[in-house]
Amino acid sequence: MTAAGQNEVVIRVENLRTGFDDFIVHENVSFEIRRGEVFAILGGSGCGKTVLLKHMIGLYRPLAGRVLISGEDIATAQGERRLAILRRFGVMYQLGALFGNMTLLENIRLPLEEYTSLPDDAMDLLAETKLRLVNLGGAGHRTPSEISGGMMKRAAIARALALDPDIVFLDEPSGGLDPVTSAELDQLVLRLSTSLGITFVVITHELPSIFAIADRCIMLDKRAKGIIAEGRPADLRDRSPNPRVRHFFNREAESEA
Amino acid sequence: MASLALHEADGGATIALGGRLDAYSVGPLWSTARAALASHPRTRLTVDCRAVDYCDGAGVALLLDMLRQPRPAGAEVRIDGLAERFRSLLDQFDPKSFAEEAPARPRRGFIERVGIAGTEFWADLRGQIAFIGEATSALAYALRHPRMLRWRDILYVAEEAGVNALPIVALIGFLMGVILAFQSAIAMKQFGAEIFVANLLSLSILRELGPLMTAILLAGRSGAAFAAEIGTMKVNQEIDALTTMGLDPVKFLVVTRVLAATAMTVPLVVFSDLVGLIGGALVMLTFEIPIATYYKQAVSFATLTDFMGGLAKSVVFGVLIAGIGCLRGLQTETGASAVGISATNAVVSGIILIVFVDGVFAVVYYYLGI
Repeated sequence: MTAAGQNEVVIRVENLRTGFDDFIVHENVSFEIRRGEVFAILGGSGCGKTVLLKHMIGLYRPLAGRVLISGEDIATAQGERRLAILRRFGVMYQLGALFGNMTLLENIRLPLEEYTSLPDDAMDLLAETKLRLVNLGGAGHRTPSEISGGMMKRAAIARALALDPDIVFLDEPSGGLDPVTSAELDQLVLRLSTSLGITFVVITHELPSIFAIADRCIMLDKRAKGIIAEGRPADLRDRSPNPRVRHFFNREAESEA
Repeated sequence: MASLALHEADGGATIALGGRLDAYSVGPLWSTARAALASHPRTRLTVDCRAVDYCDGAGVALLLDMLRQPRPAGAEVRIDGLAERFRSLLDQFDPKSFAEEAPARPRRGFIERVGIAGTEFWADLRGQIAFIGEATSALAYALRHPRMLRWRDILYVAEEAGVNALPIVALIGFLMGVILAFQSAIAMKQFGAEIFVANLLSLSILRELGPLMTAILLAGRSGAAFAAEIGTMKVNQEIDALTTMGLDPVKFLVVTRVLAATAMTVPLVVFSDLVGLIGGALVMLTFEIPIATYYKQAVSFATLTDFMGGLAKSVVFGVLIAGIGCLRGLQTETGASAVGISATNAVVSGIILIVFVDGVFAVVYYYLGI
């Protein structure tokens, strides 16, 4: 894992078709995510960003095509092999999805208790460091019902990081956060990606955040049922031939598309 | 994998860490590291990290744990040779700030807990009284303005809580009749008095068991459903949405449910009575008492007053079950477990209320001579 190069592909999506019953969300979507990069999935509301994410983390089965995480198909892997893939990534869900009957510390401790042999107070210490990473130091004894929405998001990120996975999926991490916290979160993502080589897959609408952190991005579109742009955010903003992409990056209303 | 070795030297000791320090590999090293620290309480310790080729949050936590141990001056722990990219992860934390234990949940003493339980009970009682008032006024308003009611919702709840409950009510009612008839017939056979089983059955089912068993079933079925549904609405802020639209949740949700459930309790009790008596009749057939004889005996003994007395109770039970279910739903706090707690509370309070009110009815009927 050491210096296998920045060009190693960790996630490969091949000709993915997704949908429900007779309703197709994506058609023929393919892209690659390389180790250590911060990869953003963009697009207007309702274009299926979260649906794509749920296919990438194995919650939904694709209608056609494959999602490979380090070369392994997550949809067909079974038993131990599936567990091994699942342990390689952490997910922060849009609404946090913290367990309501546990304190924040217990939420983060849960994967540590289940998967590692750390001594009890080591788990507490490790969980506390994760909480401090997201500026929630000392809040470990609170329950999710006692904290604000922004705190819940940050706690959810801390939980996703509990086992220091290779890949972290963030579903709208900065939605509903104040600009300062949001900027701090961007710093955290950058620091973790440069120092530990964690690959981040981020779903977001926040333009400042996209320009600050994303190495590369894809932009999904509802009408195209797939990717309409791929590349570096600044390039897409300035040089995309597609007006819809430029509208998005320049935050302009789409009066006539 | 990770490795740990302890080297003694004059004037200090060195702990050599190496390999990959992550959440899976540092677990076994942790106690060794602690022991190494404890065995050299007064000498300077160097943690040599030159052989560490990967160190994530768990490895950093291990280093922090060594750094945070209180040690006398001159015997500090020093981290040496950690690669710059891992060093930055470590440097964002101040080890000494982890020295004190994270604040535990405040523990409460016995007297404090008694006090809290007492005030909670009092607040719950007040809440119930306020809710009874609110619900009564909303019901009275609804009965005066029947056109304002959401009939479609009422019919939906009536189907869900009434029609769909028929199979389980029939099963329990039938079983009750069969068991009661069989057990009493065995005892009465010794006196050749099997025919009086009809008296026993008609009186006990019509007056007591039919309404009571149906009410307990509905408390478990519909009371819990109301509490869970309204509780989930509360958790999802749907109750807040109703409030800010100017729609009183009590009028909007509680009135429909109370009306529908009450209207359905009465026919369900009649049905349960009937099925119970049929169950008894079938058992009596095996004791060679024909259905016609059983019927005549039952009708000659139980009066219309007994039957109506049972139905009067069932109206009250219906109001109580639906009301308490809705109240517990509206009292739901936040979180997934809160909905479960509300559903449990709805069933428990529902059954307690049913039993209590049934006792009150027994006393009232006794004095009225019914």
